[in-house]
Amino acid sequence: MKNRFEAVVIGSSAGGIKALRAVLSALPSEFPLPIIIVQHLHPHSDSYLARILGAKCGLKVKQADEKETIADGVVYIAPPNYHLLIEEDRSFSLSIEGPVNFARPSVDVLFETAIYAYRDKLIGIILTGANNDGNQGVKKIKQIGGYVIVQDPATAEADAMPNAAIAVTKVDKILPIEQIGPYLLQLVNRSTQEFGSRV
Amino acid sequence: MDDIDTQNIELQLLLQAIYLKYGYDFRNYAKASIKRRVQHRLVKEGLDSISAMQYKLLYDVSFFERLLLDLSINVTEMYRDPSFYLALRKTVAPVLKNFPFLKIWHAGCSTGEEVYSMAIVLKEEGLYDRTQIYATDMNEVVLRQAKDGIFDISRLKQYTANYQKAGGQESFSDYYTAHYNHVVMDKSLKENILFSDHNLATDGVFGEMNLIMCRNVLIYFNRDLQHRALGLFHDSLCTDGFLCLGSKESIRFSQYSDVFEDVVREEKIYRKLN
Repeated sequence: MKNRFEAVVIGSSAGGIKALRAVLSALPSEFPLPIIIVQHLHPHSDSYLARILGAKCGLKVKQADEKETIADGVVYIAPPNYHLLIEEDRSFSLSIEGPVNFARPSVDVLFETAIYAYRDKLIGIILTGANNDGNQGVKKIKQIGGYVIVQDPATAEADAMPNAAIAVTKVDKILPIEQIGPYLLQLVNRSTQEFGSRV
Repeated sequence: MDDIDTQNIELQLLLQAIYLKYGYDFRNYAKASIKRRVQHRLVKEGLDSISAMQYKLLYDVSFFERLLLDLSINVTEMYRDPSFYLALRKTVAPVLKNFPFLKIWHAGCSTGEEVYSMAIVLKEEGLYDRTQIYATDMNEVVLRQAKDGIFDISRLKQYTANYQKAGGQESFSDYYTAHYNHVVMDKSLKENILFSDHNLATDGVFGEMNLIMCRNVLIYFNRDLQHRALGLFHDSLCTDGFLCLGSKESIRFSQYSDVFEDVVREEKIYRKLN
């Protein structure tokens, strides 16, 4: 079935692991879109994040591989110490160019290149974090007509990242962490039905 | 056709113009990264469109040189992934000791941090004196820096820690002299290194190698160009020669997966089969 949306990108930093678990655990195994995540991590932290998140989630969670084709219903995590980029043929690229917003992987790099690939069919989500990485990406998602959800700063372990996203543009939805997963599911299901019946 | 489609046409024309005018071939690079860097350069220069940038680079060599530094990513560090250098020392060096003379090609060496890291490993393993290292890059600016072997002192703390994690046996400070904000790598490390211009997109084989190291270069290429580079490496290696890629790079899904075997799988160290 045709969907108004084709991918979800998520950026998170300090406090993000707990927040990501809250979002992902609300999604069923038949969630129809790929979910691509940049969580700021220590450069040598290896692949433990995919394991932790996979344990609490009905969806397959894995670290994104170089040139891997993006599949629906899979959660991809950026490898530590690399930027994660999306090509227009919807495959991943990696890069070790310098940190952006002091971060590698950087949320902005993921979001900006996700726009090249998915254009207005993109949902961007900003969760807890102590810097402003992601706010340029959020601005560009809104410019092209995509959808942006931001964690309510009051419920974030670190509120700088959500605040920076909210300050830079008019985001679509600001929600407490426990409501983001259910809302995302509803948004995607609803738009599938509407979009499907219109076509 | 929307703005993004139009920009894609402009980008394609820009890369074509760069190739025709200056001979650097970025046409088969992974597009997302190139596009992002071009767009950021656009904003920095206050240009309106990629077409305007194309006009500027055709007539302004100094502008092209700035853009070239954006397009060829030159981020590197000493002993990036210390576990790789530890494997090089523990698993590869004992095999290399069987040869009376060694040729090593470091492709895409950038500013040289990893070339010096390799040279130090070879020295400590008693292999340096019988080795010729070819350190190549397409960008002459970074190649000059590599040849100078002068690095920012602010990163030395991290490099020293990496050196130790990589199985370093001496005091890392024996390998450099500090001058104000910089360190100068010891001259003896450079004796057997030949720094030279080579472009993996356009140049060919230049010698038979016992080991080729090309780490975090292929990630910037599309599949076609990756295929070309891997073919070049395959043709340049002697039988049983080693190929070392970056930790997120792999030949597993390429057409060359059958002609190499894993030596240290998790460190992406391969060996050419007969």
